[in-house]
Amino acid sequence: MIGAQVRDRYLSDFKRVEATLPGRAVSWMQNTRRQAFEKFAASGFPTTRDEDWKYTSVAFLGEQEFVPSVAKVCEITQAQISTWAFAGSANHLLVFVDGYYAPGLSKIGAIEKQVLLTSTADLLVKQPELLAPLLQRNIDSAFAALNTAFMTDGMCLYLPAGSIVEDAIHVLYIATSPSKIYHHRNIIVAEDNTQATVIEHYVGINDAVYFNNAITSVDVGNNATIEHYKLQQEGVNAFHIANISAIQNRDSRFNSHSLAFGSRLARNDISTRFQDSGGECEMNGLYVVGGCQHIDHHTCIDHAKPRCTSREYYRGVLSGASRAVFNGKVIVQQDAQKTDAQQANHNLLLSKDAEIDTKPELQIYADDVKCAHGATIGQLDDDMMFYLRSRGISNDMAHGLLTYAFAHDIVDRIKFEPLRLRIEQILMAQLPQGEKIKELL
Amino acid sequence: MLSIKNLHASIEGKEILRGLSLEVKAGEVHAIMGPNGSGKSTLAQVLAGRESYEITGGEVNYRGHNLLEMAPEERAREGVFLAFQYPVEIPGVNNVYLLKAALNAIRKHKGQVELDAMEFLTLIKEKIKVVKMNEDLLYRAVNQGFSGGEKKRNEILQMAVLEPALAILDETDSGLDIDALQIVAGGVNSLRSKERAIIVVTHYQRLLDYIVPDFVHVLSKGRIVKSGGPELALELEQKGYGWVETETRKPAEALAK
Repeated sequence: MIGAQVRDRYLSDFKRVEATLPGRAVSWMQNTRRQAFEKFAASGFPTTRDEDWKYTSVAFLGEQEFVPSVAKVCEITQAQISTWAFAGSANHLLVFVDGYYAPGLSKIGAIEKQVLLTSTADLLVKQPELLAPLLQRNIDSAFAALNTAFMTDGMCLYLPAGSIVEDAIHVLYIATSPSKIYHHRNIIVAEDNTQATVIEHYVGINDAVYFNNAITSVDVGNNATIEHYKLQQEGVNAFHIANISAIQNRDSRFNSHSLAFGSRLARNDISTRFQDSGGECEMNGLYVVGGCQHIDHHTCIDHAKPRCTSREYYRGVLSGASRAVFNGKVIVQQDAQKTDAQQANHNLLLSKDAEIDTKPELQIYADDVKCAHGATIGQLDDDMMFYLRSRGISNDMAHGLLTYAFAHDIVDRIKFEPLRLRIEQILMAQLPQGEKIKELL
Repeated sequence: MLSIKNLHASIEGKEILRGLSLEVKAGEVHAIMGPNGSGKSTLAQVLAGRESYEITGGEVNYRGHNLLEMAPEERAREGVFLAFQYPVEIPGVNNVYLLKAALNAIRKHKGQVELDAMEFLTLIKEKIKVVKMNEDLLYRAVNQGFSGGEKKRNEILQMAVLEPALAILDETDSGLDIDALQIVAGGVNSLRSKERAIIVVTHYQRLLDYIVPDFVHVLSKGRIVKSGGPELALELEQKGYGWVETETRKPAEALAK
C-alpha cells in the first residue's frame, strides 16, 4: 500500500515533468509511462513485510522528499571525468550527469558501423520503434514501474548479429545534486554471435542525499557474450536501487560482476533466465561496507532449459555497524535436465556490530542436475594471523592483508584489467589498514 | 641466549607446561623429544608468541628481553623463528611477497636498508637452492596446494632467508620421506653457526641422525624429565618413551650447566 500523501506527491511530480521527458512525442511511450505510473500508484513501495524486502527497509522513501531531476547546465569538468575514466585504454565512454546524457563529456571511439551505441533518450527520438518492446517489459516491481514512468536517460547498446565491440564500454553516471531522484534506463540488445563488455559506473561527488533508481535489461542472443560490470561508488548518503535482468538464448554467455562500495543503502536485483539450452552465466559480487551502510544483493538464476551452467561467487567484507544481505535464488525448472549450478557466498565480519543475512534459495524441479551452494560467515582466521605475525608482519598489516586477500578472490575474476586495478586501489583505500599493505603487493 | 625458568602454560584451563626450565646458548642445537601430548608443540608455540596459550607462571628471557611480554611480530624481528608443524595455507597472499615483507620488517627493525625487488630476487634464488624447492612455488599463494614436503621446505626456505638468531623447528620432520628429510636437515645444518641457536622439536630420533644435536631433552607431562647428549636420543629410540617415565627425574638445569 502507498500512503495517499506519498502518492499525491509522486503524482504531482509526474504531471509536472511528464511533458519534458524523452519520448513525449511518441504515443506508445506516453501510454507506457502512464500505465507504469498507475501500477506504481497501486502497489506503492515494498515494506519489510514483503518476503523479498524482509531485511531491507525503504522507509526512507516515505520520509525523504526526492524530486525528479530536470536537465540543467552540466557543471562537471573534463578534469573530473579523467579521475574516473580508465586512462590508457581506448574504451568508449558515455557520461550521464544527474540523469541526463552529457555528449560533451562522452567519447565514443571507432566502432563497427552497424553497432548502435547511444543514449536511450536519443534513440527514443531517432528510432523509437526499436525500444517499444523493451520499455514495455520489466515494469512489474514498484521501482521498475517508477523508473518507467519517470526515466530520463541511460545507455543503449544494440549489437546486430555478428558484431563485436572490442573495447570496453564505460558508462559513468554522476550524481551532483541533493534531494534528487534519478531514473536511469539502460538497454543492451546483443543479437546472435555478438560480443561486448559494458561497465556501469555510478559515482557521487559529494555527501548529498539523493536516490538513484536504475534499470538495465540485457538480451543475449544465440552464442553471444556479454560481460557486464557494475561499479557502485555512490555518495555516502545516497540511496541506490538497481535492477539488472538478462535473458539468455542458446549457447549464450552472460557474466555479471557487482562491485559495491558506496551509498548509505543499496539494493541490487540481478537476474538471468536461460530461455534456451547451452547457456552459461557467472555472477560475481563483492560488497565492502562499513559505518552504517546497508548493501543488499538479490540474485536469481532461472534455469528454464536444459544443459545450462551457472556459477555464482559473492563475497562481503563488513565492518562498523554495517549490514549486508545476500539472497541467491536458483530455479531449476522441470525441463532443465543436466543443469550445473553452483553458488557460494562468503562473508568476513570485522566487527561485533556488523550483520549479514545470507540466504541461498534453491528451487529444483528436475532430477538430473548438479547443484551446490555454500555460505559462510566468519572472522579473520587466527592461525593465518599468527603465521603472518610470526614472520614479523605487524598485527595491523596482517589484518589488512588477510582482508584484502579475502576480497581479492572476487577481484581476480574481473577480466577487464584496468577495472581490476581500479578495484585494487579502492580496496586499499577503503579496507581497514588497506593503505599499509600497499608495499606488500 | 634463551633462558626458560619454571614455565607454566595452559590452554582453555588445561595446564600443558608445568614448570619447564631450559637454558640455550648461542651456537647450540637442542633437541626436545617426548611422546604425544607431552607439551612439545606448546613450548614451540609459546616461544613464538601464540596468544591462545595463557602463561600462568615462570619467565622466559631472550637476549636480555622478557620474551613473554613481546608480541609475536616483535619476537620475529628480534630473531625468533618458528618453523610450523602445520604451516597454514593463506589464499590470496603471495608467498614471495610475504617473504620479502618479512625480511624487510626484520631488516628495518635492525636498522638495515630494506632490499628492493631485484636484490631480494637475487637473494631468494640463492637460498632456494638449499631446500631444492620448485621456483614456481614462490609465486603461488602461501602454502596453498603445496604438498606436505613442499610446505616444510617452504618453512626452511623462510628460515634460510630470515636468518634468525633462535630457530625453533616444530616437528619439521613429521610426514617427510627420507629424501625430503635429508633436504630439510641439510637446510638446517647450513644455518648452524656460533651466533645462532636451534631448538629441534621432534617425536622421532630419525631426524637427529641428520641434525646432530648438542643436547637432547626429554619432555614428559609438561616438564623436562631427562637431559643428555646425542646418545640420549638413541637410548630413547631403543627403550621407548616409557623408559623415561620410570627413570628417576633429574633436574634439567643441573645437566645443562
